[in-house]
Amino acid sequence: MTGFLIQGVSVLGAAPSDLVLRDGFVVSAPDGTEDVVDGSGLVALPGLVDLHTHLREPGREDAETVETGSRAAALGGYTAVFAMANTSPVADTAGVVEQVWRLGREAGLVDVQPIGAVTVGLAGKQLAELGAMATSAAGVRIFSDDGFCVADPRLMRRALEYVKAFDGIIAQHAEEPRLTEGAQMHEGEVSTRLGLTGWPAVAEEAIIARDVLLAEHVGSRLHVCHVSTAGSVEVLRQAKARGVRVTAEVTPHHLLLTDELAASYDPVFKVNPPLRTAADVAALRQALVDGVIDVVATDHAPHAVEDKECEWAYARPGMLGLETALSIVLSVLGERWDLIADRMSRTPARIAGLDGHGTDLAVGSPANLTLVDPSARRVVDPAELASRSRNTPYTGTTLPGRIVATFLRGEPTVLDGKAVK
Amino acid sequence: MIKHLRSAADLDLATATLILDTAGEMAALAGREVKKLPTLRGRTVVNLFYEDSTRTRISFEAAAKRLSADVINFSAKGSSVSKGESLKDTALTLQAMGADAVVIRHSASGAPHRLASWVDGSVINAGDGTHEHPTQALLDAYTMRSRLGRLAGLRVAIVGDVLHSRVARSNVLLLTTLGAHVTLVGPPTLVPRDIAAALSPATKVSYDLDSVLPDMDVVMMLRVQTERMQDSYFPSAREYSRRYGLDLARMRKLPEHAIVMHPGPMNRGMEIAPEVADSSRSTIVEQVANGVSARMAVLYLLLGGKA
Repeated sequence: MTGFLIQGVSVLGAAPSDLVLRDGFVVSAPDGTEDVVDGSGLVALPGLVDLHTHLREPGREDAETVETGSRAAALGGYTAVFAMANTSPVADTAGVVEQVWRLGREAGLVDVQPIGAVTVGLAGKQLAELGAMATSAAGVRIFSDDGFCVADPRLMRRALEYVKAFDGIIAQHAEEPRLTEGAQMHEGEVSTRLGLTGWPAVAEEAIIARDVLLAEHVGSRLHVCHVSTAGSVEVLRQAKARGVRVTAEVTPHHLLLTDELAASYDPVFKVNPPLRTAADVAALRQALVDGVIDVVATDHAPHAVEDKECEWAYARPGMLGLETALSIVLSVLGERWDLIADRMSRTPARIAGLDGHGTDLAVGSPANLTLVDPSARRVVDPAELASRSRNTPYTGTTLPGRIVATFLRGEPTVLDGKAVK
Repeated sequence: MIKHLRSAADLDLATATLILDTAGEMAALAGREVKKLPTLRGRTVVNLFYEDSTRTRISFEAAAKRLSADVINFSAKGSSVSKGESLKDTALTLQAMGADAVVIRHSASGAPHRLASWVDGSVINAGDGTHEHPTQALLDAYTMRSRLGRLAGLRVAIVGDVLHSRVARSNVLLLTTLGAHVTLVGPPTLVPRDIAAALSPATKVSYDLDSVLPDMDVVMMLRVQTERMQDSYFPSAREYSRRYGLDLARMRKLPEHAIVMHPGPMNRGMEIAPEVADSSRSTIVEQVANGVSARMAVLYLLLGGKA
């Protein structure tokens, strides 16, 4: 195992110093055998942790695999990603989550932590074997039917209660299904003009309001996926003020893009929950700074070309996120490195109970980190992405920041801006 | 001249007026023994219809043929990507065949916008989902101008299922451009509350048809699908008809000169009473005839004809 000496790097924006990585940890002094990495002008962050990734394997390997998604993650500065359960077959058994976990370890680019389905087949009828997934090799702690809402209040209550036995957490895709039948985009002026069926903000807010009350009632933890509206922020703010154990995530695209983009009818901008208004974007940004929203999670959702090059109504919702997330957050928050480390590394690792990630780069810490060149600018070209899919909404956009290197347990997964394998 | 007609918003006042004036010249042709112009000889117009619509397809077909274009009818039933060829592959096929214009009717809003990004020819929206139907708005405006002599300052009520109506959207946009004043009328479940902000800030909204009628020059009744009842947009066809249907008693509330329009096909007895549909105020049959003239004008101008 080679050691690395990163010279003159700024840890979280502090004055330049040297970082030494050996045997998977940050150590105090070099021994002269290390490979040297020039860290001048670079900022070191603890390796990013994504609580919400779709890797598509098993089932849609034409859109993404654990390996290609892992490479995209490493290039985005991530050292751990949580893989959503809506694969085919669904990750609702110990067998499937162990398969995904094993594929992740084999790829060896990021720690792939499977999320288990809450209900069998994501059908919302009956609890999946949550305990079996928790005690499997994958050690599942987060459970989600993402893509679907656990809409049945009684089932949601049971799920919240049941996972307490193994310190699990339910991550809810908040979408009241009866209010969003046939929905294509945010319900508002733009949907009215475009003649696309609306996805009203209240469909998200009503479920979050219900779920924070349920979590409070049974004393459980709740995590809310991809919060997208100003109203949801207010519900969360009040719940947190009351002491409800709720955490929430926002996606990079909901921090930047608005529903006006649907006017092109280009489904690359179709996503669930949908892009909202500029007022929602402003509220989400403020909530992320305030901590009402705890983390940024990508909801990286690769889709094959034929699922996007079609009529808006027939396209699948979702957009790529892993390789652009940090740049988007940089453009939204500016170079507030401690805040970025908090929202993209420390807090997601803490919510997930993931040891070895999200720890600051002190001597003795696990050497999971990423090096960012904040002065670099790049124009997003879908052809250059490591993801197997091309559905980025940022094509042609100039974004700040570039990931120069990423280390997983002291081993480089990215060097000179390129994946090592 | 614009290249595509995807939305009534593609038309500014000058362009819209030019199309209406040209439609007038085309209408004069209909009175002649030989109803044909050589203008589009050698040009190919494809009617790409993903939804059944005999009247609109025939109208476009007649319009293209009267201009001597070669017409290809491409009817693609079962429009989802899961069934058969994708819209993009179809577009590439039409492109390879050298279509000069593609007239598209599709159940998905925005399909003409997607198509226009894949073909070199002109794309004409013949109705897309619940979005727009701009040639219907043109023939409606033409009909109003023929009957009432002007468009600027006209007061027009559009009544019914505005939420799902592509006819309503295109009419609001075009009539506003042409200087008319539009009031949308229907139950609150079927008139989006942000419709004025979405389309044109001057648009008025009312939930009370009786109070609106005495001030109108034109009342346009929209088709209301009885399926909407199953989805609780209104309680029953009977109640809808009582509150928003145009019967003889309501028609008498209109000023003497006012006209009654309907894009068809009508639900007689639902949104419009048979005696109203067949009255002298009704322009429903004229609208069909004017449809051919308006579509001739659109094809003629978009394909490079000189007015």
